[in-house]
Amino acid sequence: MRRTVFPHKFLPWLLLAPQLLVTLIFFYWPAGQAFRQSMLKEDPFGLSSTFVGLANFRRVLSDPGYLNALQVTVVFSLLVAFIPMAIALFLAVQAEKITRGKGLYRTLMIWPYAVATAIAGMLWLFMFNPSFGTLAWPLKQLGINWNPLLNPNHAMILVVAAATWKQISYNFLFFVAGLQAIPHSLLEAAAIDGASRRHAFWTIVFPLLAPTTFFLLVVNTVYALFDTFGIIHAVTGGGPGKATETLVYKVYNDGFVNLNMGDSAAQSVILMLIVIALTAVQFRYIERRVHYG
Amino acid sequence: MAESPFASRGASRIWAHFWMVLGVILVVFPVYYVFIASTHSTQTILRPPLPLLPGPEGLANYGDALSGGIGQIGGVSLWRLLGNTTLIAVGIAVGKIVISMASAYAIVFFRFPLRMVCFWLIFITLMLPVEVRIQPTYKVMVDLGLIDTYPGLILPLIASATATLLFRQFFMTIPDELLEAARVDGAGPWRFFRDILWPLSLTNVAAIFVIQFIYGWTQYLWPLLVTNSNEMNTIVIALKKMISFADAETPWNLVMVTSVLAILPPILVVVLMQRWFVKGLVETEK
Repeated sequence: MRRTVFPHKFLPWLLLAPQLLVTLIFFYWPAGQAFRQSMLKEDPFGLSSTFVGLANFRRVLSDPGYLNALQVTVVFSLLVAFIPMAIALFLAVQAEKITRGKGLYRTLMIWPYAVATAIAGMLWLFMFNPSFGTLAWPLKQLGINWNPLLNPNHAMILVVAAATWKQISYNFLFFVAGLQAIPHSLLEAAAIDGASRRHAFWTIVFPLLAPTTFFLLVVNTVYALFDTFGIIHAVTGGGPGKATETLVYKVYNDGFVNLNMGDSAAQSVILMLIVIALTAVQFRYIERRVHYG
Repeated sequence: MAESPFASRGASRIWAHFWMVLGVILVVFPVYYVFIASTHSTQTILRPPLPLLPGPEGLANYGDALSGGIGQIGGVSLWRLLGNTTLIAVGIAVGKIVISMASAYAIVFFRFPLRMVCFWLIFITLMLPVEVRIQPTYKVMVDLGLIDTYPGLILPLIASATATLLFRQFFMTIPDELLEAARVDGAGPWRFFRDILWPLSLTNVAAIFVIQFIYGWTQYLWPLLVTNSNEMNTIVIALKKMISFADAETPWNLVMVTSVLAILPPILVVVLMQRWFVKGLVETEK
């Protein structure tokens, strides 16, 4: 605890004012409104509204469209949480085996972090565009009727690929940092005991990376749930049909395109609960790391 | 520096290089592809497969795009789009640094009632990303007349729990003796900040700037919500509009140039400021 502080009473409030104002006006007030609207039903002209309790939630949760979006989100998020992690861990281990040129590889690996998610989606759409995509062309030559604009599975593969591509660099940097933090002595001891590298990796290195892995799992899930909106919006628009409509995309679509306030607000509140749960999980983990690390 | 305990020799190391090269190709290829496409004519782009080397149209494409060609597709010049995006990215990064530093300074170096309440108020915003309060936030923007304005694009994004946390953590490592000595010398809060704290914070400021510049440059949902006029578009949104109205007439060569210019500035920032970038990434995510 700090013993010496400045004695001013008014100045700290002045310093805090900008941040507090921004959070109150643009965060707390709208979030409160989302809660309020989620329990109201507006008439079609938006002139009056009546309190309907949890009716909006009941309707949203029994709506096949919402359940479809939920299912799409679960599949999409699982793939986007695990695939970049697997690729990044594999590459991070390879990078650690190299003594010269490591820095150059790292510099090249971090590029996608700087690319906007929406543009990541567009880049993959350019490459795999059924009419002029250079990488769609060999698929056609092989007789595969590749068309992400019409085939739901192809659309899902394309958005997962773009989302994965963008997230590899982030996972890579954290795994490299994680690997570098593993004590040399442990691996030397394993080598002296005659453990093969593969055996040492799965019994020593991988368990020691658990905190990094778990952290990335949470970060990737949050990324898949929220940040990938740009990819979906720019590449598929939730289609074809509703094959790539995620929860966030549906909130946007219902609130802005279909102008269904009550349902959109109820969906917002459900998303808020998901974020709160994920953040809670993340902080439990941070506490653990503080205790043991 | 000691050699990494993972370091290998012989075949194993060659394999490691092989996999890394493959990884780099996977990661860099999409960016390379769009760069190559930006140097070919639309006819070449539309006739796959695309050559793997830059074509002869590069200068013509870039010249055309920058001197008004883009204006004919989206109605707004490429310079305007780049200007908008730069202004927003810098505005968000600087705004976040200023208000987070001010709040962290207040919380660490002063004692006042409700101090920890304020801290938690800022902290909890982590759990309220734009995505979960789209509609009501939009309504606030309409009520305040902030649609299609730069403050509307910047202000709501400058609250930052992560930057405040990072500065708070850093300020707490400043030894008490330093503050005592400064106060004995008669330094007030402003002089202590300017002469002692700010110079010590520079690496943290640089790290946060890099991360937040990229955050601002790559924004998508927010600009999509609060801009109607093409004049206020960021380059990312403009690009999305170009490809969604794509038809046989779309000048794909210019679209590719726009893509390259939308990607290049943040990549340059990351590559040139790599040291601060990695520091910022690792520390803001704790």
